[in-house]
Amino acid sequence: MGKTLAEKIWADHVVRSAAGEPDLIYIDLHLIHEVTSPQAFDGLRLAGRKVRRPNLTIATEDHNVPTLDILKPIADPVSKLQVDTLRANCAEFGIRLHSLGDAEQGIVHVVGPQLGITQPGMTIVCGDSHTSTHGAFGALAFGIGTSEVEHVLATQTLPLVRPKTMAINVEGTLKPGVTSKDIILAIIAKIGTGGGQGYVLEYRGSAIRALSMEGRMTVCNMSIEAGARAGLIAPDEVTYAYVQGKPHAPQGADWDAALAYWKTLHSDSDAKFDVEISINAAELEPFVTWGTNPGQGLPLSANVPNPADIADAEERGAAERALTYMGLTAGTPLKSIKVDTVFLGSCTNGRIEDLRAAAAVLKGQKVASGTRMLVVPGSDRVRVQAHEEGLDQVFIDAGAEWRNAGCSMCLGMNPDQLAVGERSASTSNRNFEGRQGKGGRTHLVSPLVAAATAIRGTLSSPADL
Amino acid sequence: MDKFITHVGTAIPLRRSNVDTDQIIPAVYLKRVTKSGFEDGLFAAWRNDPEFVLNNPAYAGATILVAGQDFGTGSSREHAVWALQNYGFKVVISSRFADIFRGNSQKAGLLTIVISEADVESIWSAIESDSTTEITVDLEKKSISFSGKTLSFELDDYVRWRLMEGLDDIGLTLQKMDEVADFEAKRAHFKPKTLPVLS
Repeated sequence: MGKTLAEKIWADHVVRSAAGEPDLIYIDLHLIHEVTSPQAFDGLRLAGRKVRRPNLTIATEDHNVPTLDILKPIADPVSKLQVDTLRANCAEFGIRLHSLGDAEQGIVHVVGPQLGITQPGMTIVCGDSHTSTHGAFGALAFGIGTSEVEHVLATQTLPLVRPKTMAINVEGTLKPGVTSKDIILAIIAKIGTGGGQGYVLEYRGSAIRALSMEGRMTVCNMSIEAGARAGLIAPDEVTYAYVQGKPHAPQGADWDAALAYWKTLHSDSDAKFDVEISINAAELEPFVTWGTNPGQGLPLSANVPNPADIADAEERGAAERALTYMGLTAGTPLKSIKVDTVFLGSCTNGRIEDLRAAAAVLKGQKVASGTRMLVVPGSDRVRVQAHEEGLDQVFIDAGAEWRNAGCSMCLGMNPDQLAVGERSASTSNRNFEGRQGKGGRTHLVSPLVAAATAIRGTLSSPADL
Repeated sequence: MDKFITHVGTAIPLRRSNVDTDQIIPAVYLKRVTKSGFEDGLFAAWRNDPEFVLNNPAYAGATILVAGQDFGTGSSREHAVWALQNYGFKVVISSRFADIFRGNSQKAGLLTIVISEADVESIWSAIESDSTTEITVDLEKKSISFSGKTLSFELDDYVRWRLMEGLDDIGLTLQKMDEVADFEAKRAHFKPKTLPVLS
């Protein structure tokens, strides 16, 4: 019987496999940031251990960093200590670090692909659940906790139980105005926040093939919101073209050898998935979340649901709590919901194509009065490229705030936060209670919906303009 | 890591599903560089509500948290596990945990137990009618006993052995570094390296 893509990558990384214990898996790349690493480095020091492979490890500052006045000392002393600790740890253990102000600084999941160190067939981990992003290249990539960060630093391996596999077939052509973000929000709404638990999701089908690498990253990024540690897309010509020429891409004979290997990285036609589900891309519409978990989403044309219509008691209770928290009434058209803040950015939608898509909608338009829009590029390279293309000026002319790179309002660890009761339309990945600031209310949307919403001040798609 | 064989304590009912790690500990509390002191951030937003179950003095001192389905979704922050441990919890029981949270708990020595929704409900009923109900969690027997009733649970044998011995994974893997070196010798030469820095 054939193998799935996930099974092939897994098999190629087994260091040791024995009955009664998890497989020991080799890790090709370890990404690090300031929040989930300090205790791991402390652990190494306490035990007198070294980092086994500094040359398979890379660090960036992203979660905590300010997006204004980045060359001044960080104002929050606790954030500053965490960033300083990362700098000291990287210096002590010989790890490459892209600090605030460095041309390669940015959100860890934007930095890896743009450097070309994210490549097909690799195992990639990071102390961040959105590591699933790198699965867009056909790499087995997943988030880990700090104990595992320490384990990878010390051994370049992880003991892991092989996950099950789920195929998600997305066939058909997307309608205009419908994007990769809408695909993944629709998938999460369909299978639920726990639906992917224990699985690696493999996204397949003509609608996935038709996506750019950046669109594919958006889809894989939110695999964790469906409960799956990892999402995968088999590499193809789009992938090879994206990687080729990047700073760390293989060159010459190495490129040929790599390409020959990458071409074997697909699920065999007779491979058996543990579960398969199908989505018709042609039926999808722009999606928006109404509740406080990413599975609570609906097409933008729908109304706020009535919890009384939900059969499952636990889900009904969750919906009631969500509506109370969100300050919404059942039956309200989603498009009539007024938004205070629009956030364009994050590892989900902070790449150049996302900024281009939003700028195309905003060009010559103004952000509605009473609404603020924050545009935060995913990396400094994205910021520079957007500037070269004149996108920054489009945002500024429209009345949006143009910032420096970082995680920013996606999780509100830095000063970019929602106030109590403030409502956002956000291109990020989580609408949990308080995620973007204590008491803040989040609606997850695509960059196109974010831009249209900024102009109208209510949840909108470009078709509504 | 301390050995976990049995634990006896009282329990708190958290009747909520999809408790994500941003609720367990919001991001603004993640800035410490140590593994201690995170109890202040545990369920920080919900604890502002006087009605929240953790604020109920009847449950003060409880060491077992009994939660709804899909506990620990979202962010990979192990701080969520540390916050629960720093607050005093030794065991969390739910009908389903998110993968990363479960993995983190097993590394850090917080026992996470999966039982059916009906069994969760039976514990909720018992501790809601009497908050002093004593619960015994026995990892050797894989059982939960309370009010003359015993529930059994499943746990991967390897994880159970590691928790019962109090072993840390890194020490175990370091005994196998010859195999890691053999694997590294055979790795494809085209795989990328982060050093030296290229531009």
